[in-house]
Amino acid sequence: MADTNYDVIIIGSGPGGYVTAIRSAQLGLKTAIVEREHMGGICLNWGCIPTKALLRSAEIYHYMQHAKDYGLSAEKISFDPAAVVKRSRGVSGQLNAGIGFLMKKNKVDVIWGEGKVTKVGEVTVSKTSKKAMEPQHPAPKGTKGEGVYKAKHIIIATGARPRVIPGIEPDGKDIWTYFEAMVPPTMPKSLIVMGSGAIGIEFASFYKTMGADVTVIEMMPTIMPVEDPEISALAKKQMEKQGLKFLLEAKVSQVKKGPKGVTATVETKDGKKQDLTADKLISAVGVVGNIENLGLEELGVKTDRGCVVIDGYGRTNVPGVYAIGDVAGPPMLAHKAEHEGVICVEKIAGKDVHAMDKSMIPGCTYCHPQVASVGLTEPKAKEAGYDIKVGRFPFIGNGKAIALGEPEGLVKTIFDAKTGQLLGAHMVGAEVTELIQGYVVAMNLETTEEDLMHTVFPHPTLSEMMKESVLDAYDRVLNM
Amino acid sequence: MPINITMPALSPTMEEGNLAKWLVKEGDQVSAGDVIAEIETDKATMEVEAVDEGTVGKIVVPAGTAGVKVNELIAVLLEDGEDASAIDTSGGAAAPAPAAAEAPAAAAPAPAASAPAAPAGPAPVAADGARIFASPLARRLAKLNSLDLNALTGTGPHGRIVKRDIEAAIAAGTGKAAPAAAAEAPKAAAAPAAGPSADQVLKLFDEDSYELVPHDGMRKTIAKRLTESKQTIPHFYVSVDVELDALLALRAQLNGAAATDKDGKPAYKLSVNDMTIKALALALRDVPDANVSWTDENMVMHKHADVGVAVAIPGGLITPIIRSAEQKPLSVISNEMKDLGKRAKERKLKPEEYQGGTTAVSNMGMMGVKDFSAVVNPPHATILAVGAGEKLPVVKNDALAIATVMTVTLSTDHRCVDGALGAELLAAFKGYIENPMSMLV
Repeated sequence: MADTNYDVIIIGSGPGGYVTAIRSAQLGLKTAIVEREHMGGICLNWGCIPTKALLRSAEIYHYMQHAKDYGLSAEKISFDPAAVVKRSRGVSGQLNAGIGFLMKKNKVDVIWGEGKVTKVGEVTVSKTSKKAMEPQHPAPKGTKGEGVYKAKHIIIATGARPRVIPGIEPDGKDIWTYFEAMVPPTMPKSLIVMGSGAIGIEFASFYKTMGADVTVIEMMPTIMPVEDPEISALAKKQMEKQGLKFLLEAKVSQVKKGPKGVTATVETKDGKKQDLTADKLISAVGVVGNIENLGLEELGVKTDRGCVVIDGYGRTNVPGVYAIGDVAGPPMLAHKAEHEGVICVEKIAGKDVHAMDKSMIPGCTYCHPQVASVGLTEPKAKEAGYDIKVGRFPFIGNGKAIALGEPEGLVKTIFDAKTGQLLGAHMVGAEVTELIQGYVVAMNLETTEEDLMHTVFPHPTLSEMMKESVLDAYDRVLNM
Repeated sequence: MPINITMPALSPTMEEGNLAKWLVKEGDQVSAGDVIAEIETDKATMEVEAVDEGTVGKIVVPAGTAGVKVNELIAVLLEDGEDASAIDTSGGAAAPAPAAAEAPAAAAPAPAASAPAAPAGPAPVAADGARIFASPLARRLAKLNSLDLNALTGTGPHGRIVKRDIEAAIAAGTGKAAPAAAAEAPKAAAAPAAGPSADQVLKLFDEDSYELVPHDGMRKTIAKRLTESKQTIPHFYVSVDVELDALLALRAQLNGAAATDKDGKPAYKLSVNDMTIKALALALRDVPDANVSWTDENMVMHKHADVGVAVAIPGGLITPIIRSAEQKPLSVISNEMKDLGKRAKERKLKPEEYQGGTTAVSNMGMMGVKDFSAVVNPPHATILAVGAGEKLPVVKNDALAIATVMTVTLSTDHRCVDGALGAELLAAFKGYIENPMSMLV
């Protein structure tokens, strides 16, 4: 009889779950992870990673189309949708297999099936009831199967799924979620995207670059509503130049399916209605936590608006039951899930660890132009009562940006005027998703404007704009 | 060329000191940082460190010499290859340049300003030299809030002091930069007698005759803050008897007139304590010079009377604050106090509800205490200790009468509230209590 007793069992092997499992094993805790569908969760299989592969194809395609700008020539430029998708699936598959390897390396048992907390300290794993999204990567070898497992600590890391609007239910054919949008059988000629959050805007950007006529519909007055309004306005302007269309403060009230795709009735704020017809519609109106069929209700685990309620250490109101990642509430980001998981197991292992601080979690959107941010937006900083200093530096003032042929963009920084604390940083433009981490480190180390001004940034790089923005906040900007 | 060692200034104001002791003798090798002598002033004893390496060539001022002037030559250090014959002590004060050794002493220009070899500038010797790890933001916040990083414990990586540690210190009122005089003194001299050690205490009792209960955060804070208060604040006390009869009558009348809701619950029920809070707040409004906080640089003149009220709770006490109490009607004070008192007992007060304040009331009347004196809780400059109201014989118009009398004692921080001012404040307070109608207008 195989050993079924663990210190920690994690349900869900997404970026939160598998990282938590590795850290747990590192801390000497006997650890198992339960997965019903795909190692690596949505992130590796249907989210972050495969979209980045698609967007990379789109980016190279874009450069090929603009080869002339760089003195190059490229003729008969075209693409094979099936090959683009195949590459994306390949990237996903490689990483998916990598997780299996990491579990083995760290001696984390993988239990294949659907986990349910049948009582405190007990997880019952049964056959997966959910129909897997195709194409599915194979399960790792040597997994354990259905049965009853015991663990002192059970961590729910089941993630989230697309939110469904009644009447506009995805059908996998004409109305897509990110699942179908990731593996298009053919490239749609026209597309309606509901929602301009990270998921919606990335797909809009991808399909636009691949030649589709794309309209984005957003309920809020700005696109990417969590971002600083100045940044999202700049992003919108640039995307409009590329031909993307936006309907703001608008919502889809009805969708009809016909032989020629879908017709969406869009209501704008002023009460006007219009019908838009397109080949496909992508519903990207947010995600909801996977809190069902886990036994949470029976155990009395508190939930709020579709998410498990936790404290700063991932603890629910029921001792021995924890939750991390998307299922434990926003911001629903892989890197937040990972850190939440690490804090959770370190606390379980009795380490001296500080509660999760959600004020310094960066966010990146890989549309064209890219958007990246951390901390408070300008309106939020004012709302919080700070007397602020704002710095701005445009890409046009940066040598490297001009050499790259990417002169459009902005780096914006927000400081507390009283203490010099960096409250937030917001960027739009080329490669900003790779730049933002500089500010994240600065915020975590509690630097002030003075330290950033004393830091030498390499020339010529885009990162020089990060320093210039700080200088601008204190009226010391150099290259403007 | 020989290096002159001169009498260091241990503080910006020091003019002379006693050379208490030499820790080296002529011929000894010293390295930079070695302690070579001890200097005494009326305030402190400090160590003198060598700033260069070399051999002690000559001790000019012998140990035990009193009244050595700052910058006077006290010893000469020889560099490699030099011998004692190179020493010329006629230069007297610190010689800033080789030429000075040949110049007559009187011609040496302002040695105090240019002395490069002075082993100690003002104060830095006092620090143990170890770097304090603190984030840039923490350092700036400490400066803005006059906190001494030396006094704080860091909770960041490797014990680094980070923003949350500063916030915690502000919340707990700890880590205040010490007053100037204490800063000049070395740590050992500044540290007050810490009391007997835990071992010394426990040795006095049989091992099975007690139980040890570890201190919680509140107990530690109480101990720390009140020790700090008693050690750094010069307290003095003023007591006065106040008659309560008019106040009790008015209270009964007001409570009788309170509107009731549909369940028959009155809109307010005033206590003597509520009226005491109001009377103290109004007295501070009338005597604004007593509504202050002390800082080293400034007198903080408060524009409102924020009255902290000591609430005993299991395991300690906490002082929630009625803000701008001078402006609030009694009914509002009363209801706020009920809410704060209730949540204080549940330990559910928010930091902003118990931090700060400009004065405090501690009332033990309900426990039958006749009178007592309280410890000032900085940043307050005053605290009023309230005893029980008792019927007592009093002399009125040369005849014996019965009155309900309560003794109150005001403790004040003498640095900012002097005796007469304290008396003035108490007189104003007595006026409101004995003519309570004046609190209503």
